[in-house]
Amino acid sequence: MSQVIVYDTPDRSVEDVAKDIKSKFPAVEVLKAAPKRLHIQVPREISFEVCKFMKDGLSFEHCSCVTTVDYMDHFTVVFHLSSYTNHILSEVLVDIPRDDPTIDSITPLWGGADWHEREAYDLMGVIFKGHPDLRRIMMPEEFKFHPLRKDFVVGRRV
Amino acid sequence: MPTDEMWINMGPQHPFNHGLWNLRVKLKGETITQAEPIIGYLHRGWEKMVENRNYTQIVPLADRLCYGSSLSWNHLYCLTAEKLFGVEAPDRAKYIRVVALELQRITSHLLWLMAIGTDLGSYTIMTWTIRERELFLDLLCKLSGARMTYNYCRIGGVRNDIPENFGRDVEAALVEFEKRLRDLESLMDENEPYLMRTVGIGKMDGPTAMNLGLTGPIMRASGVEMDLRRQDPYEVYEDMDFEVCTHTDGDVYARYRVRMDEMRESVKIVRQALAEMPAGPIRVKVPRCPPKGNAVCRVEDPRGESLMYMVSDGSEKPYRLKVRSPNFVNLSAAPPMLIGFKISDVPAIMGVLDMCIGETDR
Repeated sequence: MSQVIVYDTPDRSVEDVAKDIKSKFPAVEVLKAAPKRLHIQVPREISFEVCKFMKDGLSFEHCSCVTTVDYMDHFTVVFHLSSYTNHILSEVLVDIPRDDPTIDSITPLWGGADWHEREAYDLMGVIFKGHPDLRRIMMPEEFKFHPLRKDFVVGRRV
Repeated sequence: MPTDEMWINMGPQHPFNHGLWNLRVKLKGETITQAEPIIGYLHRGWEKMVENRNYTQIVPLADRLCYGSSLSWNHLYCLTAEKLFGVEAPDRAKYIRVVALELQRITSHLLWLMAIGTDLGSYTIMTWTIRERELFLDLLCKLSGARMTYNYCRIGGVRNDIPENFGRDVEAALVEFEKRLRDLESLMDENEPYLMRTVGIGKMDGPTAMNLGLTGPIMRASGVEMDLRRQDPYEVYEDMDFEVCTHTDGDVYARYRVRMDEMRESVKIVRQALAEMPAGPIRVKVPRCPPKGNAVCRVEDPRGESLMYMVSDGSEKPYRLKVRSPNFVNLSAAPPMLIGFKISDVPAIMGVLDMCIGETDR
């Protein structure tokens, strides 16, 4: 049938990719550019555009993971995007305020982010705008809390 | 004859779903028009639980993420924690880990083969595979003292050195296994009903598989040559000589072939790692509390890409520990594989994903 898609040697270096992102979006801050790793901090307003550019322009084919961390004064949403072509695992950090925990969903870009975002909504209460089906996934529908938040009171010993 | 479409619940208790989960399918006649996997029945709050444990206490808990390949989760946790602590395991420990991981990969694939054998109605496949698996469970038992939850890796190395004559025992088991793997293959590749139920079923092409987040053998069967052991090497996989097994058909049979080929490559890696294993210490001391910061690490689990993201606030407990389970994402991509096929194809399509609810629900 079809050919095997091979990704043996990276097309572009991490520095190259970082420079491209920086020149297109000056508001993006590059935190770390090590071999095979690229960590960037992105403002919430342009997070979707940056992800879209990374997918279409810089061949990040795969969304590995969507994590939310509760830092008490704000939430941080972490997108782990990987580029098979360039052998890069990129960490995109987006800070969002605690009283308005909304962010643009990246499910329209990568179908693989679907359940990760549902889980983040369920356990952390972050709302992903534009997600096709944002429902609870782990906890029952009638559950009233978001248990991974730091202010969720757990029992004597968990 | 025109019929109404109807929803059918396959689960939470159903012979084909190994573990507690539900697959709702909408049928038009016998053809699936919509599908929706439902999980969460086994949610234990693992990520919340570990926020209340110190780093050492989490090592055996990481085993419990998956009963089929506990060592790979145990190892991933220790590897991520090592990054966070800023230590590196000694060379000998790295080689021992590679041996243990590849033995684990073979047992995990054999467990999957057992499951799909029963799903597709051949009990001989089940009994033979379970017999072959014993060879490797005995080896892992000699190595770590347990048959299922090994608790073998430690932050900064492994618990104990390999036992006396371990290399000899492994070689004996591998020789026997290679012979029996040929028997096993003939049981399926020359079996007409097996081929009828797998060839051309559950098709998915490479670009779709990548976009839906599929990883591991499922994606390689769709013709994408992507293996984290090759692309983002950890431990000593850089020095190992092995092939990344791929197939281009993207159906159930291709996924089965990729896993069978992978077992042969694992045998090759075990032999190399044992032959090149250097002498030296097996563990380094680590402090009680890591510095403030975060670490991310990903490895090639038997089922795909597993990733851990760990945040530390400088105390003895992790502030946040996120687990990316390959099965969680593979299951979310199941509806596009199922739609258009018959309800009788469901066991073949879902069985080949190698479901493990322990790591999916966490």
